[in-house]
Amino acid sequence: MTAAFVALIRRDLLLSYRGGGVGAALAFMLAFLVMIPLAIGPDQETLSRLAPGLMWLALLLAVLLTTERLFQQDWDDGSLELLAMAPLPLELLCLAKALAHWLGVSLPLAIVAGPLGILLNLPVDRLAVLLLGMVTGSLALSLIAAIAGAVTAGLRRGGLLIPLLVLPLYVPVLIFGLATTGGDLGPAGATPSLLVLAAIVLITLVLQPWAAAAALRAYFR
Amino acid sequence: MINVPARSISDRALSTLNASFKADRDLRLKGYSDAMQFLANPTIFMRLANAVLPWAWTAAALCFAAGLYMALISSPTDYQKGETVRIMYVHVPAAWLALFIYVLMAVASAVALIFRHPLADAAAKAAGPLGAVFCFLALVTGAIWGKPMWGTWWVWDARLTSMFILMLLYLAYLAIWQAFDDPHLAAGLARVVALVGVIMVPIIKFSVEWWNTLHQPASLAKLAIDPAMLWPLLLMALAYTLFFLCLHLTAIGNEITARKLRAARLKAIAST
Repeated sequence: MTAAFVALIRRDLLLSYRGGGVGAALAFMLAFLVMIPLAIGPDQETLSRLAPGLMWLALLLAVLLTTERLFQQDWDDGSLELLAMAPLPLELLCLAKALAHWLGVSLPLAIVAGPLGILLNLPVDRLAVLLLGMVTGSLALSLIAAIAGAVTAGLRRGGLLIPLLVLPLYVPVLIFGLATTGGDLGPAGATPSLLVLAAIVLITLVLQPWAAAAALRAYFR
Repeated sequence: MINVPARSISDRALSTLNASFKADRDLRLKGYSDAMQFLANPTIFMRLANAVLPWAWTAAALCFAAGLYMALISSPTDYQKGETVRIMYVHVPAAWLALFIYVLMAVASAVALIFRHPLADAAAKAAGPLGAVFCFLALVTGAIWGKPMWGTWWVWDARLTSMFILMLLYLAYLAIWQAFDDPHLAAGLARVVALVGVIMVPIIKFSVEWWNTLHQPASLAKLAIDPAMLWPLLLMALAYTLFFLCLHLTAIGNEITARKLRAARLKAIAST
């Protein structure tokens, strides 16, 4: 079972790599970055204050854009049905797909997003903790995206529905992700927020296989 | 009462006891499922709903009449907030119901998922738009209250933001029903969306206590409200709840009728 699980992750990573990998999402992030100073003005101080939040937004939106492909490709060519018939439980299949999405898309984006923030005059002393928060939170982002991806697997025009499904659930990740870099940290520093972020990851880790599998079962019924 | 030391009960006696507990539990479970099966019959449900509805409408109208009189005319004004405090009587029950209906929707979805109860999906689907409207009412009356109290229609504090998110959760749930043509598929997916979204409800409920912000904490929790204001508020809450019950039962009835129509239409197509 472990072998099948790992093989599935490797297959998804390979497919994602051959399909251009994280490139398109990264390009989106860069385009978003260029728009920011145009929208709110090039004032260095304002940008510096807003940089952590804006980079979190860039990360959320970039991950959001890749959600549609998560299950839809496999649904369209029928391989999802074949995979569902394999001995691997549907729950673990969904978990494997979410983990592959994390390794292939969210994690690289999360690693790049922090350093890109320097273009927005991000305070360099905040960079490490921002990076830590993003790497932790990105796993929750992938897991939540995989739920929405499963719900919209067979939907032709899922593009507008996915943000509505995903963004309300991203709110806690965004709040506690940003709390790590906030200006008014208590004596404990960023640790409490990072721990809550980790707790959110654990909750979604438990919830995601069940929820995504239930959604897929509705399609296979 | 005989005081028997736990150790002196023989294994045999214990196992008999266990068996009788188990039989009792099985019987009770059967009772529940019988009751649910009974309500699962759409005809019986419709008959029951039609018998209850006139009484429920009357009770709702009476509660509204008494509650509105007490809230808008006879109750005292607040020494700080003046007449604007009366907005509370229409605002707070709407917010309560918005949260309550989402939980109800999630419970109905869970029942549909676990017990395959045929009416649970209809109950969840019918609750969705009603909850969205109560949520919208809570936001609008809140904004109307906010203008004289805080000097602004809207602030992004914890409670307002979290109610806004609740509105989005409702919209996502409604969008699922809209997006899929096949009602069975839509029902299966809507269950998942409702159950995943319900995780946000405690965050919304306790946001005012976790994050110290402009919106005051829940009035009832610390009994910080005077009886002269509490009673009209509770009466209005009862009126809102009864009103919701009437609308909900009617909407479930409509959903059943829609299903029958759909089945009849499919049958007509199949027979030609």
